[in-house]
Formats: sequence, structure tokens, C-alpha cells
Amino acid sequence: MNTTAIATIVRKEWAEMYRNSLVLSTVIFMPLLFTALPLVILGVGSGFDSGSEALLSELPPQMASLCAGLTSGQCGQIYIVSQFMLMFMLIPVMIPATITPYSIVGEKTQRSLEPLLATPISTAELLTGKNLAAILPGVIATWLAFALFAVGARLLLASSLAFSRLFDARWLIAIFLLGPLLAVFANALAIMVSSRSNDPRVAQQVSSLLVFPVIMLFLGQMIGWIVFDTSFALILCLVFLILDIALTYLAVRIFDRETILTRWA
Amino acid sequence: MIHTQNLTRVFKRKGEAPLIAVDTLSIDVRRGEVFGFLGPNGAGKTTTIRMLAALIGPTRGTATVNGHMLGEDAAAIRRSIGILTETPGMYDTLSAAHNLHIFAQLYGVPEPEKQVEKYLRMLGLWERREDEVGGFSKGMRQKLALARALLHEPDLLFLDEPTSGLDPEAARLVRDFIEELRGQGRTIFLCTHNLDEADRLCDRIALFRTRLLVLDTPANLRRQLFGRQVVFHLRAMLPGLAETVAALPGVQEATAIDHKLLVHVDDPETQNPAIIRALIAAGADLQFVGELRYSLEDVYLQFVQSS
Repeated sequence: MNTTAIATIVRKEWAEMYRNSLVLSTVIFMPLLFTALPLVILGVGSGFDSGSEALLSELPPQMASLCAGLTSGQCGQIYIVSQFMLMFMLIPVMIPATITPYSIVGEKTQRSLEPLLATPISTAELLTGKNLAAILPGVIATWLAFALFAVGARLLLASSLAFSRLFDARWLIAIFLLGPLLAVFANALAIMVSSRSNDPRVAQQVSSLLVFPVIMLFLGQMIGWIVFDTSFALILCLVFLILDIALTYLAVRIFDRETILTRWA
Repeated sequence: MIHTQNLTRVFKRKGEAPLIAVDTLSIDVRRGEVFGFLGPNGAGKTTTIRMLAALIGPTRGTATVNGHMLGEDAAAIRRSIGILTETPGMYDTLSAAHNLHIFAQLYGVPEPEKQVEKYLRMLGLWERREDEVGGFSKGMRQKLALARALLHEPDLLFLDEPTSGLDPEAARLVRDFIEELRGQGRTIFLCTHNLDEADRLCDRIALFRTRLLVLDTPANLRRQLFGRQVVFHLRAMLPGLAETVAALPGVQEATAIDHKLLVHVDDPETQNPAIIRALIAAGADLQFVGELRYSLEDVYLQFVQSS
């Protein structure tokens, strides 16, 4: 693998992304929004600390262990903010699902893939560069948003015990393991969708449907059908790891040099 | 420089018979020549270039490009050639210099900045180097694409319709540049629809329509089809003049048309003096003598239509 060629592709993709206001705004503003929302709720919720016994009795049993030693108000805050943890999982899905269609369909509409493929770069290097250019912003934005949220939460949560409960293993698995796996998943699917489309907006809209599984998880957790605990997070990681391997294999096959030149145009 | 042996490419199609895009193509392109590859739309010219540039594989047959066997080391072939694709395919939101810089790095050019500057200056784009390519005219984009194909100083260049859609001024500039490249000793494989351009630039021409129809120099192709004809312009046509000339050795045919005598000869350089002497001896008043040149278009149409 020629790392210079890969880095050139990544830089090229980012340079184009920087000039595309729609993509750039998605990369910047969506993580900010998803960080601000739970912080606002945390801030508003910090006011109620008493009379919440009724709320505690309604919480799923899994929350009980998290709430040991906390006041009912702190426990309520942790419960509500936990619901929004899955929103952070939307970031690694949405960002590659926005970048990749413009990256692939953009090359198709500009007819720039043939000159690119005529260089000594291998298909694997080209695909690696394109994948990294879409996945890295998704993963980095998720991590930065989480870091920002951690700082905000520390300032808003008076109790350090409550703060430590908020960042337990399931959060860390979700952010540092499931997040990248979701980004790879979203990117591979976006490549497949983009290979069939000649309009980046259509490809982006279709790729954006990928957020539905995450929203379903979010709703399932809100309703109480799903409890997003450590084991569930690990199971999800395993599922997405398998899906990522399968989809990346398919995406690589779709991104075959000959297919691109003879069928994509 | 390029040697192909029965190079064939078949495309499979769903629910339809396979499409033979290139059928048993055998050619030799010599080092330093401008090789014209002419044929109608859909003849398989771009498929041929894509095979020779190691972008797609052949179904059958073999080829060596710049000493590299097709199918063995695709990256080595691509590193040793430059290609101007049918459409320039630039990154519209990036500047001209940025576009070239990307390709200089992908080709592993040792001093990318220098090379980018060299070709931007050479093609008159240096002043616009920081402008977005999206705002460039078609001619400027084509020049930029040419610069991109040359950044790594390849010996062999594939040019697919280099002047297509350009205004006469831009087309002339590109043609002059191709002449300059030939002067530098580069080998150029030129696909074009512009027959006048092919006639002016190419040392040899291959007429192609899925299969190779004919391959020769433009002059030999004309000779092969039409022979050589000389027109003698006379002040007045005298009776029996055509018959007198037709009887001369080496003259195949002489026809009187108004005040002109059209003479079909094997070798005008040798036979013209004798014809002129015969005409003057017969009392003809000779005004001009010129060779009747058939255009390459006539040659092209003759071969393509008969194929």
C-alpha cells in the first residue's frame, strides 16, 4: 500500500468537502446539535431534585444499579441523558452517509474517475483513501462531540459520583467501538447506493435512511423495549462487525476498476 | 512502443448477445511517431485506449506497452504513459494548480511544484493557477488535462479526441502543442474524429471499426485508393490533347474537363516533365500544374463505408 497515494486521496476528498457547504455544515453542525441537546436537558433537569420518587419507581430495573448512592434527581438526570446516548450514534452514521455520496457521485458527474484510475494508484489504495476520508470525520466528530459533552456534563453535574455513572462501560463501548463500526457500515452502504446513482443528493437521501435503525433503537429504549446495557452494546458491536466485513467486501467488489469505467459512466 | 496481437475485448450484456468492442487488433506503434487511430463513434477506439492504458483487461490477445506486458504489471504501464481521456474530468471546485498537484503526487513526481509550474506556464495557465477549474472554458480545461497527462514526463501519450469541442483557436493551440511533443520525441497515440488534424499530425493512420480496416501513412492510403492525379490548367483545350497525353509511358489515364486535363500517373515527379513537353509540343498554352489531393475524409469514408 502506497501511503502517499492514500494520503493524497484523503486530502483531495477533504479539500472538496471543505468547498461543499452542505457537507461541511453536516460535519460541523450536526455533532454540535447532538451535543447541545443532552446538555440542555441535563442543565434543565438539574433543577429538580426532590419529589422524584415516583419517577424512580418507573425506571427500568437496570437503572437501579446505576442509581445506587445517588439522589432521585441525579438518577433521573442520568436516566434521561442515557436516552440521548444513541443520538451520538447518529453522528458516525450521518457524516459518512453525507460525505460518501458526494465523493463517489461527484467523481461520476465530473467524470474524474477515469483520469484518477489511469494513475498508478491501486483500486485498494483509492478505496482506502475514499473510505478514510468519509469515516474519519464521522468518528472524530463523534469523539469530539462526546468529549465536549463530557466537559459540559462535568460542569452541570454537581456530584462526581453521578458523573462517573454517566460514563460507564456501555457509553465507552458505544462511543469508541460501536461508533467506528457504525461509520464503516454507513460508508459501505453509501458506496453501494452511490454506485447506482448519478445525483449526489438522491444518493445522500437514500443513504440517510441508515439513521432509521439507530432511531428505532432510540425509540425502543425510550419505550422500554430495549435496555441499552453493556451486553446489548457488545452484541451490537459483534453484529455490526460482521455486517461491516460483509458490506466492505461487497463495496470493494462494486468499486472494481473495470465496473467503474464500463458501467458507472 | 506498442505491440498488440489479436487484442480482443468482448462485453457481456444482460439479456443480449455479447458485444465485441475490439476484434483481433494487431498493430505496432513505433517509438517517436504520431499514430492516428480513426474510426466512427462506437468503433471501439476508447475501449482500445483503455486496454492499452491497463484500465480494463482484454478478453483475448496480448499486448506490450512501453516494454510492459499487458496484464502483468498494470501500475508499471500506467506509470509509463500519459493519458488524455475523452472528457477532461477535472475537480471543478479545486484550483488548476491543486488539480495538477494531486496528480503529480499520485504519479510520484519528485518535484511536484516545479512540474506543475512548468506545465501551467507552458500551456498559458500560470496566471489562472489559483482559479477554480469550474470557471474555466472548455479549451482551458483541455489544456489543463493535457498538462496533467504530462506531469510525470511519459514517453508514450494516449490522446482521446484532444480537440473535440474546442474553438478553432484553442484547437490550433492544442495541435501546436502536440507537434511540440512530437518534436520532443514522444510517441503519441491519437484518437480523433478530426480528419484534417489526423492528416496534419499523424505519421501513420489506422482506420478502425471494431476491426483494423487499414494501416498506413496518409499519403499511401490516398495512393492506395485513388492513385496520383495531376491537373494541367490550359488556356484552351485543343482536340486530341487527352489522347496524346494518354499515349505517353507511365500515364494510366488522361481526361479533358473544360480547360483542364486530369492525368492519372504512377509517378508525377518523373512523368510530369515529359507530359509538359508533350503538351507544349502539341501547341497547348499551359497555365498551372498541380497535384489533385484527395482529402483524408475521402479515404476515411471510402474505407469505413465499404467495411
